[in-house]
Amino acid sequence: MKTNKPTLTIGVTGLNAIDSPGPGVAVIRGLREAASFNCRIIGLSYESLEPGIYMHDIVDKTYHIPYPSTGTEILSDRLDYIHEIEKLDVIIPNFDAELYSFIKLAPKLKSKGIHTFLPTLEQFEERHKVNLPEFGVKYDMHVPRSKAVYTPNEALSLEKEYEWPLVIKGKYYDATLAYNFDQVKSSFNKISAKWGLPIIIQEFIHGTEYNVTGLGDGEGNTIAAVPMRKQYITDKGKAWGGISIDDKKAIQLTNKFISETKWRGAFELELMKNKAGDYYLLEINPRIPAWIYLAVGVGQNIPEALTRLAMGWPTEPFKSYEVGKMFIRYAWDMIVNLSEFEKISTLGEL
Amino acid sequence: MNLKNNIAISDSGFVFNPSSGESFSVNQIGLEMLNMLRQKFTTEDIVTHIEKGFQAERPTIERDLNDFIDMMNQYHLMQDEDE
Repeated sequence: MKTNKPTLTIGVTGLNAIDSPGPGVAVIRGLREAASFNCRIIGLSYESLEPGIYMHDIVDKTYHIPYPSTGTEILSDRLDYIHEIEKLDVIIPNFDAELYSFIKLAPKLKSKGIHTFLPTLEQFEERHKVNLPEFGVKYDMHVPRSKAVYTPNEALSLEKEYEWPLVIKGKYYDATLAYNFDQVKSSFNKISAKWGLPIIIQEFIHGTEYNVTGLGDGEGNTIAAVPMRKQYITDKGKAWGGISIDDKKAIQLTNKFISETKWRGAFELELMKNKAGDYYLLEINPRIPAWIYLAVGVGQNIPEALTRLAMGWPTEPFKSYEVGKMFIRYAWDMIVNLSEFEKISTLGEL
Repeated sequence: MNLKNNIAISDSGFVFNPSSGESFSVNQIGLEMLNMLRQKFTTEDIVTHIEKGFQAERPTIERDLNDFIDMMNQYHLMQDEDE
């Protein structure tokens, strides 16, 4: 059926719908349900076994892109190639580790007609885990005490300041609890081998974990905000089930975060509510979270709104959302022909 | 102390706190107690009602109701009169 809605070609990363999922597939589901445009989805993948590559009702065509560690020039060249074929309108990057490159490339992409809606480099750096203590002071928000360390022995000095357990966090991903120094060393080595240095040692806040996903317009206005309580958490700490909640304090904190930082783009706040009811800001993820489809399901289609902002279209703030709606994730085995795996592995396209 | 206004209670005894996302299940007596608390009946009225409907001693019902309210309070389902 033909509609008057414009059709946008949108590049989306994060197709790794695995046990610690990238947000790509959920973002695309939101885009496919957009009321204001139709879309053709170009998957941008790093590995040949990212499940989204093979979900042909979700992704129209996929191209491998180089890892961020190869540098922005190589990424730029690859995107030029993809753009030449696909005529991209928008790119939505969904990994923390790739954001730096995309933020750097944003003006160049814009000059070629590819729109993004990302935080500024200053916003991206300021909210970094390593800088969280300064962020808390600057914006008057409770944050757990933390320190970036380069050797496990540096954590020894923190043992006197913080109580056990300690939270051992990677620069971009991964976090584990350590109950003694041996566990600190083991986690330090494991996480640093994967994500590099520094490692962040954080004070553990006892309480209940809440998350908020939202969207700021870059002018200090909240376009969207949906708080969620994790109901089912995997051993990697990821939400496998969650429920939308009506938490005014969490929304107030989100509005304060957006208005004071003038946040531009989507984000996720990881919050811990202690017994006294105070919220601690544990982490600010500068991108859409993997559970974004819950926000779509409760009435705030953040991927659609973000795309509209990227295109420079007028975008009204969402006023409400449904409380008490749950998401429950599931695993699904797809049967894939070897020829498809062969094609993406050898040609980098499918 | 009153039951928080935004607490959702279904006919089957499923209780949902929209502020925290927590949910609980209560049995038939718990459900009656909750509904009466919501309608701002006094604890004495509630005990009398339960005494009439169920075969139990008044002191036992009083103790159970107090325990129940304490538990509701612990789960942040109650609020002060002026809140």
